[in-house]
Amino acid sequence: MSRAALLVLADGRFPAGGHAHSGGAEAAVKAGRINGAASLEDFCRGRLNTAGLVSAALAAAAALGVDPALLDSAADARTPSPALRVAARRLGRQLMRAARATWPSGELDALARAFPKGAHQPVVLGLVARAAGLGPEDAAYCSAYESVSGPATATVRLLSLDPFDATGVLARLAPELDVVARAAADAARNVVDAGVDALPSASAPLLEIGAQAHAAWAVRLFAS
Amino acid sequence: MHLDHTHDGASAVSADARRPDGSRRALRIGLGGPVGSGKTATVAALCRALRDELSLAVVTNDIYTREDAEFLLREAVLPPERITAVETGACPHTAIRDDISANLEAVEDLEDEVGPLDLILVESGGDNLTATFSKGLVDAQIFVIDVAGGDDIPRKGGPGVTTADLLVVNKTDLAPYVGSDLARMAADAKAQRAELPVVFQSLRTEAGVTAVAEWVRERLAAWTA
Repeated sequence: MSRAALLVLADGRFPAGGHAHSGGAEAAVKAGRINGAASLEDFCRGRLNTAGLVSAALAAAAALGVDPALLDSAADARTPSPALRVAARRLGRQLMRAARATWPSGELDALARAFPKGAHQPVVLGLVARAAGLGPEDAAYCSAYESVSGPATATVRLLSLDPFDATGVLARLAPELDVVARAAADAARNVVDAGVDALPSASAPLLEIGAQAHAAWAVRLFAS
Repeated sequence: MHLDHTHDGASAVSADARRPDGSRRALRIGLGGPVGSGKTATVAALCRALRDELSLAVVTNDIYTREDAEFLLREAVLPPERITAVETGACPHTAIRDDISANLEAVEDLEDEVGPLDLILVESGGDNLTATFSKGLVDAQIFVIDVAGGDDIPRKGGPGVTTADLLVVNKTDLAPYVGSDLARMAADAKAQRAELPVVFQSLRTEAGVTAVAEWVRERLAAWTA
């Protein structure tokens, strides 16, 4: 395995469609809940410990070799908002396309055949990590980091926030990211024996509600 | 980006000329250029000129709305199922060049759902003079500028003006009103582009999109040869 593969996969420029999504930041900006670096940090902390934890655990479980179809159903059950389910599957499909070209793998081909319109992105991410020779912690880190880097980048565009301030937010969240990634990997190891009910199910109702409202806007910069 | 062909695919990847079932995919032509230069109007005119002889579809990349897609729908240039809008997260050039996944998905879905298709036009959101399409997304690209945007644009060059397979200088009917010198634009374009073709057009005249449509037919003939 190459540890540097994690850098390739976690790079914000990895061409898997993430640039068109704000991770809920666009809805939060419009509602006034994000209006600067401090509130961006609050938002990211909330997302990291809810949606971020759940997606990191899904990714880690997929990286461990847990049946991706079971994980996909578990992801559906943990995503009440139909708009977020659509976004997660679209991003999963786009990641699948990029990953099959970069780390060809029979497991990825099988998942693409089973879910031609896309499985949930964290599930795909976990299998991609596996194809790249990475482990469950790596997958969890990657997913947890995406859960905050997406909104931070989007907020730079939405508010013309100073990019140094946005990057400072991510740096300050790093210790909490460690905690979430470890918890997610631990939960994933429990899934191997106890089944997908051992996955965390933390939820952020405002993210779900905001995503539903956002999907109905006529004018928006981001797809979600 | 090519799949190892030992991996059979549920989805085609990027520039491969064949679809997963072995058939040849549609020719994909990108249209880029600055805001307001007439990309959507050119796409609409191309659809009207070609829809009776070709099976075609359009992907639009709006910056923050579905306006371009809705314009095409309102003008009824194609049935609605043949027009798809891609959202670009405030970065239209990223979606056509650096991370083409959403556009590839749109192209692939169109071929699956309304195919077989001969031609897919991929229209970029209005952007700057450096915006070009990835070769993984399109087979050829048209850059559309207009005389009212300043007759110094061909001289300034940039990747769009210099490298596009076809440069279209649109709205020539406005040249006298905005003081643009068409001869100078033609000379500057020639200097930037050497042998690459340039079309001057006004969609308000009878000739309209004829020259661009003819160029598209030639590309299609080369693609299917």
